[in-house]
Amino acid sequence: MNISPDQIVLFESGFIRISATLVFTWLIMALLVLLARRITRRVIHDAVLPPWQNLLEVLVEGIQGQIRDVTRQDPAPYLPFIGTLFIFIAASNLLAIIPGFEPPTGSLSTTTALALCVFIAVPLYGIQRRGWQAYLKNYVEPTPVMLPLNIIGELSRTLALAVRLYGNVMSGAVVGAILLIITPLFFPVLMHALELLTGLIQAYIFAILATVYLAAATAAHEDSPPPPTPLPTKGTRSINEH
Amino acid sequence: MIGLVSIITAGLTVAIGTVAPALAEGRAVAQALAAIAQQPDEAAILTRSLFVGLAMIESTAIYCFVVSMILIFANPFWNHFAAVTGQ
Repeated sequence: MNISPDQIVLFESGFIRISATLVFTWLIMALLVLLARRITRRVIHDAVLPPWQNLLEVLVEGIQGQIRDVTRQDPAPYLPFIGTLFIFIAASNLLAIIPGFEPPTGSLSTTTALALCVFIAVPLYGIQRRGWQAYLKNYVEPTPVMLPLNIIGELSRTLALAVRLYGNVMSGAVVGAILLIITPLFFPVLMHALELLTGLIQAYIFAILATVYLAAATAAHEDSPPPPTPLPTKGTRSINEH
Repeated sequence: MIGLVSIITAGLTVAIGTVAPALAEGRAVAQALAAIAQQPDEAAILTRSLFVGLAMIESTAIYCFVVSMILIFANPFWNHFAAVTGQ
C-alpha cells in the first residue's frame, strides 16, 4: 500500500526519477495555464458574460474579498500569490475524483514546497512593505525575550501548514481504501464525497492561513502613517494575473 | 516484535490523540452556533473564523494520524532491526 504518490515511479534513469507526484503536478499546472489563457484570450465587457469568464471573475472577486476582509489592506499585491495557492490546491484536491489520478497534495514533498513558498513570501512581503528594520523589529516585539519563541513559531507554523494539508489529503485516500476493504460499493462513495468537501476546505484554509501570516508581517502599526494609496480598482485587470 | 509494538502504539496514538481534538471541536462548534444564533448578521465572519479554528484544532488529530501511519506503513526502525536480527 502506498501512502504517498512519491513512491510510484514512472520513469527512472540515472539520478533522474519521474514520480507520479511530478507528472500530476505538471499536468495540473498545464491545465490551469491553458484554461486561464483560453478564457482570458477574449475578455468581454458585456451584459452577458461567457460562462467560463463569469466563473473566473467570481473566483477572483471572491479571493479579493477574502483577502480584503482578513488583511484590511488593498488585496492587489497578495492576489497573485494567494490566488495561485488556492487554485492549485483546490484543483489538485478536486481532480482526485478522476480514477487513476493521484492528488499531488497527498505527497509531503508538494505540501512542503507550498509551505516553503509561504515561509519565504512572508518576509519578502513584510520587508517590501515596511522595510528591513521595521520587519526585523517584529521579532523582538513585546520583549527581546520572545525572540527565540518567535523564530520557533515561524518554523513550526510552516511545518504545521505542510503536515496539515498532507495529512488531510492522505487520510482521505487511506480511509477510502480501508473502507473499500471493509464495506465495498456504497460507503466509500459517501466518504469520497466528504473528501471532496474536505479538499476544498483545506485549500481555503491553506490560503487563509497564508493570508493571515502575510497580514501579520505587513500590518501597519497604529503610530505609523497610513498608506496613502487610494485603493485603485483592479476588477478587470486582475483576471489576467494568474 | 517491532510490528506488534508499532501497531499497538499506532492504535493508542489515534485513540488518545483524537479525544482531545474531538472535545475541543465540539466546544468550538457549540460556541460558534450560539454566537450565530445571537447575531445571524455576522454569520459570514463567524463561519470563516470557525473554519480556520477548526482546521487548527483538527491538525493536532491529523498529526497523530500521520504518526500512526508512519509507524504502520513507513516505520523507520523496520529495516534497521531486520538487519540487526539478520533476517
